Amino acid sequence: MALLQISEPGMSAAPHEHRLAVGIDLGTTNSLVATVRSGVATVLADELGRPLLPSIVRYHADGRVDVGYAAQAKQAVDPKNTIVSVKRFMGRGLRDVAHVENAPYDFVDAPGMVQVRTAAGVKSPVEVSSEILKVLKLRAEASLGGELAGAVITVPAYFDDAQRQATKDAGKLAGLNVLRLLNEPTAAAIAYGLENASEGIYAVYDLGGGTFDLSILKLARGVFEVVATSGDSMLGGDDFDQRVFCWAVEQAKLSPLGPRDMRQLLMKSREAKEYLTYHGEAPITVRLSSGDVVDLSIDTETFCNITQTLVRKTLGPVRKALRDAGLTVDDIKGVVMVGGATRMPQIQRAVAELFRRDPLNNLDPDKVVALGAAMQANVLAGNQPTDQDWLLLDVIPLSLGIETMGGLAEKIIPRNTTIPAAKAQEFTTFKDGQTAMSFHVVQGERELVADCRSLARFDLRGIPPMAAGAARVRVTFQVDADGLLSVTAREASTGIEASITVKPSYGLSDAEIERMLRESFEHAKEDVHARALAEHRVDAQRLLDATRSALAVDRALLAPRELEAVENAVRALEQVLTANDARAIKQATDALNRATEEFAERRMDEGIKRALAGKKIGSL
Amino acid sequence: MAITLTEQAASHVQAFLARRGKGVGLRVGVRTSGCSGLAYKLEFADAVNPEDHTFESRGVKVLVDPKSLQFIDGTELDYTREGLNEGFKFRNPRVKDQCGCGESFNV
Repeated sequence: MALLQISEPGMSAAPHEHRLAVGIDLGTTNSLVATVRSGVATVLADELGRPLLPSIVRYHADGRVDVGYAAQAKQAVDPKNTIVSVKRFMGRGLRDVAHVENAPYDFVDAPGMVQVRTAAGVKSPVEVSSEILKVLKLRAEASLGGELAGAVITVPAYFDDAQRQATKDAGKLAGLNVLRLLNEPTAAAIAYGLENASEGIYAVYDLGGGTFDLSILKLARGVFEVVATSGDSMLGGDDFDQRVFCWAVEQAKLSPLGPRDMRQLLMKSREAKEYLTYHGEAPITVRLSSGDVVDLSIDTETFCNITQTLVRKTLGPVRKALRDAGLTVDDIKGVVMVGGATRMPQIQRAVAELFRRDPLNNLDPDKVVALGAAMQANVLAGNQPTDQDWLLLDVIPLSLGIETMGGLAEKIIPRNTTIPAAKAQEFTTFKDGQTAMSFHVVQGERELVADCRSLARFDLRGIPPMAAGAARVRVTFQVDADGLLSVTAREASTGIEASITVKPSYGLSDAEIERMLRESFEHAKEDVHARALAEHRVDAQRLLDATRSALAVDRALLAPRELEAVENAVRALEQVLTANDARAIKQATDALNRATEEFAERRMDEGIKRALAGKKIGSL
Repeated sequence: MAITLTEQAASHVQAFLARRGKGVGLRVGVRTSGCSGLAYKLEFADAVNPEDHTFESRGVKVLVDPKSLQFIDGTELDYTREGLNEGFKFRNPRVKDQCGCGESFNV
């Protein structure tokens, strides 16, 4: 029977109407899925008990897709088809992607966002991300015993419209109902229950595998507001591994290493780093392909020395964010630690020193974002009484504006405005008799449009001919709770209107989304086939077992020719059982069923005869 | 007359109550709905109602309203794992038949 969870008083769901909701931390290095079960947020692990899913996707030429550890294992042998850190490409054009030359991929500069040519065809970052989300969705459904009602997916606080839209599209493509996107630092704060804490300003220090984000959150009247974000997109725990690696190469005086040796030494360096969190000294032992053995030992002091520049590098963005928000460390009421790399004692110490207080670190820093997202999803799915509901406010990370004459960016909604937000401004015509206006929506802090990110363009036509400057066109910018923008332009005298939802030019076109959805439907068919195959196999196996045990007992009931027929049918079924042909298995199963029909009847008669033997008719 | 908890169920309920930080016990009951007539209800209880029957099993206070009790008396509540899924299971001796998923039943 179904397994039940404890609900809040009066919130029990009707049968088959459980509002299963999950939070997903779609990370650069690792992803997680969590849910609230019987009131407790828990991360859902895979069959082997592993909570993390490496955010790595490998495409095979035959269309198969590996996600997670399986893909990670092949990263070095099949780099072109194994996509790591796809989050860096979300909603990005080729020009925006830093260090393209270092990535081993065959990039395609598509009009939407950058794409990667793989053995299975050209894939967009949205498609790659959706593969990760699909695996997490399956894991969640297996763990919760039903279909998901919705999911909250977290994104970095600095993600712009295009990146948020791309994340939402990836969720949709994976078949998830995205309840909303949630900023990662806000999710971490929720996991620590800060929304129930007293009002104040909190800092979230998030050092992940490859990225560093610092966010300043303001909590007022149970409402979170991201007041400033800062960070370094090229700094993370991996850099600490790299430092240990370089130190080892130097110490052992190694000549340049081949890729296999390099990978091994890097892995040992990472293990040493993790070991040093709880021990004073860590061994690094590697047998190189040359037969030489590297046998080193690194102590905490050396480790701190070789990584202190990295630690210091994280403190700059902290100060910048505080400056941006007009705050000093004395204004900060608490510091939340997020990301596996914050386990390192020297990080804990540096953060405590800077903020002059011990950071919050009693939750697993790898899981804290997913846990917070799960708690938010639980509220949004309606599993919490409404008085415990909390509203989350976020801010716009970059100013939104419009291009005016001369290629200048006129800001309509300044950065750090809380969302949802709506602002309007009036514009007019530039020339006598001008009947159309062209709007170019941009995002960024720079004055020149050329330096800002172009989000969308649209036209307003049918303005009655007037003298220049006489027409009054009201342009309204509206940003919804997910941070997605729509822009409307309305001419006052006629009421004609034009609008656009961004759908940034860096997002996906509807045609692209449609194509991908279509593809997912096509795959749905394969999934159905796979299921039918599995079911037929189970049926066949059951019948084979039954037949074999019946033959073992009652072989004597069959004439030699009959026995041969049954045995032939058994062999025929055994032969097709391992092939991937559901129909053949079904046919062979039916054939065996027919071949054993008579046998079954005789066994039944025999059974009755045995049961009746020795009893008088009258006693029946 | 009693509702009992297995050791597994009791320790999970206690852990969940502790994490929740409030609540006097566990409320179990039934209500009419679902494909086979009745459905189980499993909730945290913040208060004891005057009409409630109260049972104590392995340190957990179990509250049942009198209407529900006639359908679930004798039930043992267990906590089990099935593959990746885990949760509470009602072992109700009065059930005559239930829907395929076991979420609703008949007595």
